[in-house]
Amino acid sequence: MSSTQIETPPPPTRPTTDEIESPLARLSAAEIEELGREFDAIHDEVFADLGERDANYIHNTIRLHRHLVLAARALLLGSRRKPLLFAGTAALSIAKILENMEIGHNVMHGQWDWMNDPDINSQNWDWDTASPADAWRHSHNYEHHTFSNIRGKDRDLGYEIMRIDPHQKWHPIYLAQPFYNLLLMGFFEWGVALHDINFDAVRSGEKPMPKVKAELKAIGVKARRQVVKDYIAFPALSAAIFDRRSFRATLAANFTANIVRNVWAHSIIFCGHFPDQTYTFSEAEVAGETPGRWYVRQLLGAANIEGGALFHLLAGNLSFQVEHHLYPDMPSSRYTEIAPRVRDVCHRYRLPYNTGPLHRQLGNVHRTILRLAFPGGQPRPKPAPPS
Amino acid sequence: MAEVAAVQQVSSVRRRALRLIRPFTSPLLPDHYLELVNPLWSTRELRGRIERVERETPNAVTVLIKPGWEWEGHKPGQYLRLGIEVDGVHHWRAYSLTSDPERDDGCISITPKLVDGGKVSPFLFKRVKPGTIVRLGGVEGTFVLPEELPRQLLFISAGSGITPIMSMLRALARAGRPEDVVHVHCARTAEEVIFREELRGLHAGHAGYRLHERITGQQGRVTPQQLDGLCADWREREAFLCGPAGLLEAMSERWKQDGDVACLHIEHFQPDAHVGDGERGAGGTIHFCASEVQATSNGEQPILVAGETSGAELPYGCRMGICHSCVGRLRAGRVRDLRTGRVHGQPGELLRTCINAPEGAIEIEL
Repeated sequence: MSSTQIETPPPPTRPTTDEIESPLARLSAAEIEELGREFDAIHDEVFADLGERDANYIHNTIRLHRHLVLAARALLLGSRRKPLLFAGTAALSIAKILENMEIGHNVMHGQWDWMNDPDINSQNWDWDTASPADAWRHSHNYEHHTFSNIRGKDRDLGYEIMRIDPHQKWHPIYLAQPFYNLLLMGFFEWGVALHDINFDAVRSGEKPMPKVKAELKAIGVKARRQVVKDYIAFPALSAAIFDRRSFRATLAANFTANIVRNVWAHSIIFCGHFPDQTYTFSEAEVAGETPGRWYVRQLLGAANIEGGALFHLLAGNLSFQVEHHLYPDMPSSRYTEIAPRVRDVCHRYRLPYNTGPLHRQLGNVHRTILRLAFPGGQPRPKPAPPS
Repeated sequence: MAEVAAVQQVSSVRRRALRLIRPFTSPLLPDHYLELVNPLWSTRELRGRIERVERETPNAVTVLIKPGWEWEGHKPGQYLRLGIEVDGVHHWRAYSLTSDPERDDGCISITPKLVDGGKVSPFLFKRVKPGTIVRLGGVEGTFVLPEELPRQLLFISAGSGITPIMSMLRALARAGRPEDVVHVHCARTAEEVIFREELRGLHAGHAGYRLHERITGQQGRVTPQQLDGLCADWREREAFLCGPAGLLEAMSERWKQDGDVACLHIEHFQPDAHVGDGERGAGGTIHFCASEVQATSNGEQPILVAGETSGAELPYGCRMGICHSCVGRLRAGRVRDLRTGRVHGQPGELLRTCINAPEGAIEIEL
């Protein structure tokens, strides 16, 4: 963010009467520039302070995850006994959630690259999901975070298969979206893996076929390893140690843990950008975007989820989606600390700070998915700016 | 990718066993779980545990490290890359090994000098605790005694330049072989002489080892002309020199003029002086190691843009520092973060090329 060009806000584009006034329009160019400086200052202050405390946090979180995995896999060896089956399934679900959300997502964002640790960095981390790391980093870190909530550019808006914004043109296929959303929920990791391929770009020829083939192959390799581990190796180990019944029980437990993790990840992630409070943007609105306006877009396009410390940990701190979108490369453990300051900036610039309890945010999301399965629909009313 | 440690030499049985477990741990490695029990059990990188830190002089300490698994050994005079976490950040430094390669307790040692304003040496000096795990990079360096030991040797060292030579002396002493060794060692004050007791002990105990201690604070620096007085037959000896650049340059001139440079062995401690000495914000040259492209930035241009202008094909993404698509590993030099003005960078660091400009000459592995 080196240039500080001052642009007058682009002329309002109002193709329909249902357009919602963007809070961006309320702020003058000078105000937006000043706001940009304030957000920069928070970033710089945190990065100047990163140290042993932060390193210990990620080391301990990673250790916790590995202990949990060991405990879960050990319990599940005895999966033919109900108490071990339940305890093991629960432990494995939590382990997978922790690994996916707080560790994998954040490490691959480069949040811990500052440690210069050869083990914990964005370039050689891989996670316990179907999605190969490289492809995900491109589609998520670059495409989604750079173009957040820009209609037609952020492929995470509805993930190309759902109508999540009334601006998206309706098609009869969307009638089925409440159903396939349920499927996506359960098999989210596979959805993400395929999403990374970017089939639109493949169809348009923008993405060369050799690259597509290489990526499909990478998914294949990753998928095989995931399937072998959860559905063959560990079940077989249980069976070898106990009896044949253990194979199915361990397989069922591992399958359940993957589903639990997928449903959880889907829920947290859908609450990040699709609750009613969030705004989407046209490409015209963001043309010639300054650093300050970039911050405002990130702020308006994301929504937090309220909860306690354990909830935030299991959400990978994506419950601080606003902070995460302002500072995608900041260690996630710092979001909770800067949240009051971000909220304060929002308050002073009369910008909304989107947040709400999980049940409300999730309720919003699913209502939108249901409503927009049908033609029409309007952007949901936005909260009034704080007085 | 960040700078990494040396790969462990692991027996094929163990390697096969680990490969067998691999399907259970994917995408992690069996190592990641073994390390929970003992961090030294890593089979994919060499690690060590700091056993003791001993004060040598007011500004030098010896750090004794027990390597994990089997230490492959080093040649006396070689150096080691050491990776250590200080304030959450992993740093790599190269230190001469000061230990005899065949210590009975299997430990190796380094003897860093305190660098004021440094990051790693003050940590080793004041804060490191026994039990700390470090990463061990490969053993490197050609400043070693020849396979066939010359009968006559001359060592000239100054300050912490004694460190590689100490390893040589210890190995010679163990083998009972200091047959005809002249050693000129310089330090600013008597108490700054690293390994003083041991050196004097060698001098007293071995007729074949003659030590000339030179306290430069009182006697002034050793000049090439004084060589004849200290060691009349220096031309016939295999000579090993380690110390400040000034001393090395002056002495090698003498060898060039009056001696046989083939007998002269020199160890440079300091990294190349041109790296990172650019004026703040003035930019610098960029060497892209993978593509062999050379580029120049005026200090405002990020590495990415400078590289692209010069025709390098580089990974890129958001071009604003958020997505980490463009990262490359810094091999040498310093860079300036264009967002904050902060000058940073150490070998092995992952840099976002879109928000950093070179600060002097840099090399990057892209």
